[in-house]
Amino acid sequence: MLTSRYKEAFISAREKTWDVLVLGGGNAGLCAAISARRAGASVLVVESAPKDFRGGNSRHTRNLRCMHDAPQDVLTGAYPEEEFWQDLLKVTGGRTDERLARMVIRSSASCRDWMRAHGVRFQPSLGGTLHLSRTNAFFLGGGKALLNAYYRAAEGLGVEVLYEREAVGLEFEQDRFVAVTVKHLDRQDTLRARALVVASGGFESNLEWLREAWGPTADNFLIRGTPYNKGRMLRALIDAGAQSIGDPTQGHCVAIDARSPKFDGGIVTRVDAVSLGIVVNRDAKRFYDEGEEFWPKRYAIWGRLVAGQPGQIAHAIVDAKAMGRFIPPVYPPLQAMTIAELAAKSSLDPEQLESTIATFNAAVREGTFDHTVLDDCATEGLTPPKTHWARKIDTPPYFAYPLRPGITFTYLSVVVDERARVRMRGGDPAKNVFAAGEVMAGNILGQGYVGGFGMTIGTVFGRIAGHEAARVAR
Amino acid sequence: MSLDELIQEAQRQLRICNACRYCEGFCAVFPALERRLEFTEDDVHYLANLCHNCGSCYYACQYAPPHEFNLNFPRTLARVRAQTYRRYAWPAFLGRLYERNGAAVAAVMAACFLGVLLAMALAIEPWRLFGAHPDIAGSFYAVLRHGAMAGVFGLVFVFVVAAMAASASRFFVSTDFDSLKGGLADSLTLKYLGGGGEGCTYPQDEASGARRVFHHFTFYGFLLCFAATCVGTLYHYGFGWKAPYPFLSLPVILGTLGGVGLLLGPAGLAWLKRKADASLKDEAQRGMDDGFLLLLFLTSLTGLLLLAFRETHAMGVLLAVHLAMVLALFLTLPYGKFMHGLYRLAALARFHAERKLPPPRVGSE
Repeated sequence: MLTSRYKEAFISAREKTWDVLVLGGGNAGLCAAISARRAGASVLVVESAPKDFRGGNSRHTRNLRCMHDAPQDVLTGAYPEEEFWQDLLKVTGGRTDERLARMVIRSSASCRDWMRAHGVRFQPSLGGTLHLSRTNAFFLGGGKALLNAYYRAAEGLGVEVLYEREAVGLEFEQDRFVAVTVKHLDRQDTLRARALVVASGGFESNLEWLREAWGPTADNFLIRGTPYNKGRMLRALIDAGAQSIGDPTQGHCVAIDARSPKFDGGIVTRVDAVSLGIVVNRDAKRFYDEGEEFWPKRYAIWGRLVAGQPGQIAHAIVDAKAMGRFIPPVYPPLQAMTIAELAAKSSLDPEQLESTIATFNAAVREGTFDHTVLDDCATEGLTPPKTHWARKIDTPPYFAYPLRPGITFTYLSVVVDERARVRMRGGDPAKNVFAAGEVMAGNILGQGYVGGFGMTIGTVFGRIAGHEAARVAR
Repeated sequence: MSLDELIQEAQRQLRICNACRYCEGFCAVFPALERRLEFTEDDVHYLANLCHNCGSCYYACQYAPPHEFNLNFPRTLARVRAQTYRRYAWPAFLGRLYERNGAAVAAVMAACFLGVLLAMALAIEPWRLFGAHPDIAGSFYAVLRHGAMAGVFGLVFVFVVAAMAASASRFFVSTDFDSLKGGLADSLTLKYLGGGGEGCTYPQDEASGARRVFHHFTFYGFLLCFAATCVGTLYHYGFGWKAPYPFLSLPVILGTLGGVGLLLGPAGLAWLKRKADASLKDEAQRGMDDGFLLLLFLTSLTGLLLLAFRETHAMGVLLAVHLAMVLALFLTLPYGKFMHGLYRLAALARFHAERKLPPPRVGSE
């Protein structure tokens, strides 16, 4: 019955020319669809995933970063525009577009009322994430709950949604978009519209493309999010003459448990033990300062660090003193009473690991351990050093978590202007093509990441894209 | 699935939830589980009984099936609760009544019905049972002697209270008045059928207050009926006033209001159950749930019919049937669905007690 209902919906979708066609049913796509529909357009959302997995990487999100000048409902303190901007400037190392970034930051102040009006609910920052209570508003129930609310709101407004339809080709007449080819099983069909919003994410689940960008090391990457972000529309836009921005190897890439599934492991695969112990590579040697900064601030660099190690594997090692001081990861650690035994369980050379830990222990300068501040426990005369929270690894049992790079999303993007219009290589904006979300996030995030900013960009640009698309369709 | 496998499966799912924490704002289960790094069997029973099976976390879950983590938290906790009821029942051997609870409740109903009829038949001449009785004080006792009725119900009441107290205290004991008060307030308001504010996702994935309303009808209906019985007892022994009481007397007003609640509530809950999302339910508990709802409904229905027809020939039979239902209801209270309320209350009290302790610091800032 369900199948035949979908079929009917599809036949009617195929026969009409829509005002606005939205490719991708994640946060940005739904913000666009709702905004376009509210502006009076007929709207069709084409989602490549089945309904259970709809919403791309938004399913795995949990908050959005918001500017605010005073405490507001779930947000503590103040997070003014300038501080937000400086945070972004720091992580991106200047690889950002200040005009677009500041526009997003300013709009983030008013996002939440709009979100609430469409069913999204918020909660105070979660246990273990107090450091985000000032800057990030958490969705009650997380990203999937947010998506459920948006789908309900969109369908209530009369937005049509097609699932399991992957957009594979774009059709232009001169510089004007006219139709998109969608694939379902072995069938291809054409859907026509007066304006297009591309909100179909990056290419992080396209293993061939990752390999093209990273080389064979990409085979050892895990994809934390949806398996449906193949980047086909990103490539189709570039092929159709859109300007691109960003480096295909840049993205949000963290170190996650090596035992996680290839796709879709989401938040629970994180391992927060790094700053409490040491991290060694395949050769049982340390390679980076584990205590450089508070873990949440360094969370997003460890994926690249592990990607740079032989075999793209690393092992976080802690002793009994660390247990209970970090959010327990989903997979239980490997555990042993001696370092040699732990090495054997982790497929590491026992002698080398013993030697690495002995050298580390000998370099530890005793201080006053305090995990809540940048404390004075550091190593002396060790390369690389551990600059905070350095404590001897000497209390059994010992624990190890294997780590691999986990790609969250990629930054290679199409260039957009402040009206979300895709800019063509000639320099002019496309007449009726707009982009929102990951597919354009690289305009603002050239490298690095600040938590919750992807959802902010998606929400702000989704709303703009929907509104603008509805305007040109009339 | 064996009991061990069930507990292990619950522990696996709890570890996923503890690493994720997105659902923290929905109810007490998540803040409670976040206080733990590992989950003992005792923890699993405690957390399972904090869960009201509202479904909000399931619909919000990024790991719900068909995801390979196959996380169906509400259903797993429901299955654990079924084991809680067996595990903590007193006396222990009667815990087996939970194995096929619907059948057990039906058998007790039938036995009570036969027993009451038999008792009446042996005690009085048959014509009295089918005779018409003017509605005057003491007419009930013309078909069943007050002493016998009070004696049987008194004994049953004492046993039931003892069995329930023993079961609940095996589950959790608190002498901390504050946490008990907190648990009681959460129970009496059904705070956690609120889904974090807008109602729970029951019977389907849209927020709704229906379950909370019908549960309130049921619970407060039950309380009003119980209050009616207490006032009646007081009238009898304190003032020597004999039942039946006039329509506008306190016991009849309380009983009628409660009776209406006990018709609407259980009927509504049973109706919602029919519409509820099958993926969240533990189908094995259907007999227990339906049996209890049916018994509450019939107790109320026969009571109201007795009230309506107490001046007719039907009074004797209606009284027999009503008393049989009340007897069956009480006898099965410690071995049926009713116990969920006590375990829920105990779990909520424990939640409030734990909340006074400092939370574990797992963040680094």
